[in-house]
Amino acid sequence: MATKKNININLKIWRQKNAKEKGKMETYKLDNVSTDSSFLEMLDQLNEQLVNNQQEPVAFDHDCREGICGMCSLYINGRAHGPDTGTTTCQLHMRKFKDGETIFIEPWRSKAFPVVKDLVVDRSSFDRIQQAGGFVSVNTSGNTIDANATPINKQDADKAFEAAACIGCGACVATCKNGSAMLFVGAKVSQYALLPQGQVEATQRVLNMVRQMDEEGFGNCTNTGACEVECPKGISLENIARMNREYLKASMK
Amino acid sequence: MAKSAFLKSSIAKKYWMALTGLFLCLFLVGHLIGNLQLFKSGYEGALQFNKYALFMTTNPLIKIMSYVTYISILFHAIDGIYLAIQNKKARPVAYAMNNSSANTSFSSRNMAVLGTLVLFFIATHMINFWAKMKFGTGMPLLVKEIVDPNVGAKQYMLIATPESPQQNVPVQGPVFDNNILKKQPIADIYIDGNKIVNKKNNDVLFEGYKDLHKLTISFFKSKARLFNVIPNEGLVFTIFYVLSMAILGFHLWHGFQSAFQSLGINNKFTPAIKTFGKLFSVIVPILFAIIPVYIHFILK
Repeated sequence: MATKKNININLKIWRQKNAKEKGKMETYKLDNVSTDSSFLEMLDQLNEQLVNNQQEPVAFDHDCREGICGMCSLYINGRAHGPDTGTTTCQLHMRKFKDGETIFIEPWRSKAFPVVKDLVVDRSSFDRIQQAGGFVSVNTSGNTIDANATPINKQDADKAFEAAACIGCGACVATCKNGSAMLFVGAKVSQYALLPQGQVEATQRVLNMVRQMDEEGFGNCTNTGACEVECPKGISLENIARMNREYLKASMK
Repeated sequence: MAKSAFLKSSIAKKYWMALTGLFLCLFLVGHLIGNLQLFKSGYEGALQFNKYALFMTTNPLIKIMSYVTYISILFHAIDGIYLAIQNKKARPVAYAMNNSSANTSFSSRNMAVLGTLVLFFIATHMINFWAKMKFGTGMPLLVKEIVDPNVGAKQYMLIATPESPQQNVPVQGPVFDNNILKKQPIADIYIDGNKIVNKKNNDVLFEGYKDLHKLTISFFKSKARLFNVIPNEGLVFTIFYVLSMAILGFHLWHGFQSAFQSLGINNKFTPAIKTFGKLFSVIVPILFAIIPVYIHFILK
């Protein structure tokens, strides 16, 4: 199974001390990288080398390392989460790279995702969009209704679930040439718009979330479809169309 | 919702882009049907085309549609430029390495550039044809050439519209315009658009057809030097026209189906819409482009 092969690579990584200072691309050489290691393990290996050489390690976001938390980011060789589709960076393995290859690693680039340090960006703009309407208000003070008491069409339930698979990683924004967050907001609007529980606040939800999205400085969608291709969870453009419909409906009220 | 949000919000801007864009697609079809009449040759073709041109410049319903078209073009362009500037600002630091061709089409990435080029073409096109037809003084009036089999000599007849007070009148040469009046001053008349008017009392003596047909043919067949430098300007105009249509095709390739997505239409019809959009973006520009090619290279 295992290829048991080690490769030597060159890395071009964005280094930036903090949010205020200007950053630049730095080149590093890393030898003996196992092709069985994940991309993040490769960065761990680089950081060990840097620490051993009394250099500042590269800061990057990561958490669950199993493709579910949405924490890891990284724009690798010009693609969000690297060359694979349907995966996060932590699910990317070094067997995808060749011996002697130069790999570009950059942070998500968006006005609404300012760089905190090196490859770490501040994605709290997504949190603020969620807080603007990405929830249902349910009274939990002892009289909660059983969720299964409300029958839901299977197709709608599936579509809502697919939309809810969004892990909020921000790859859609990172890959979009316009830095638009519409796939994220579209998914968050859709997961409620498709369910009866979401109807009560539907009008205000879409208006408030879109307003917050615009205020955060995300760009405007031009339907290039890059987000759908790069989304690690395969969120469909249908969700943007649904958000557009919901917004029109809400605007008419 | 606040009124301003319906213009300013990111989604509202998409609706307007889509609606104006789709209206302009309809306009393209109408314009194309008009242009295809240029394939009809001879006097009959000229008469039909000029009758059509007169109808298009005078019919009140068409007038309303034309204003919607002007507004759509302006709004589509201004909204597009505004969007492009905003989108540029959304990514202040560019990627050192960006492999955007891996996940997007050429057309979708270059809508602003393609649109600007189309706008430039529309500007030149309107200067060359629309402005001359609408405001230009000295547009030639339609003249029919008649060869009398008994005499053998050519005779020329200025063709009247059904509304004209006078019927067809014989004239000196194949071209009747302000130049003729300047060369052979006729003291008591002047030409106002397609009307010949009495100078003294402003009575309309005759109503003809502005010869847009002749203008179009001679535009693409012209052997004159462009800007007094480039020879054979008719060929240059033909090439420019064909290139512009190719650019329009690329713009439509993404734009047509994109408009439906913006309007929230993404359902079981979407594959059909996408296929239709691609056919539309190839066929319509090609049909437009073959007309000047036909005029320049084939038409005698």
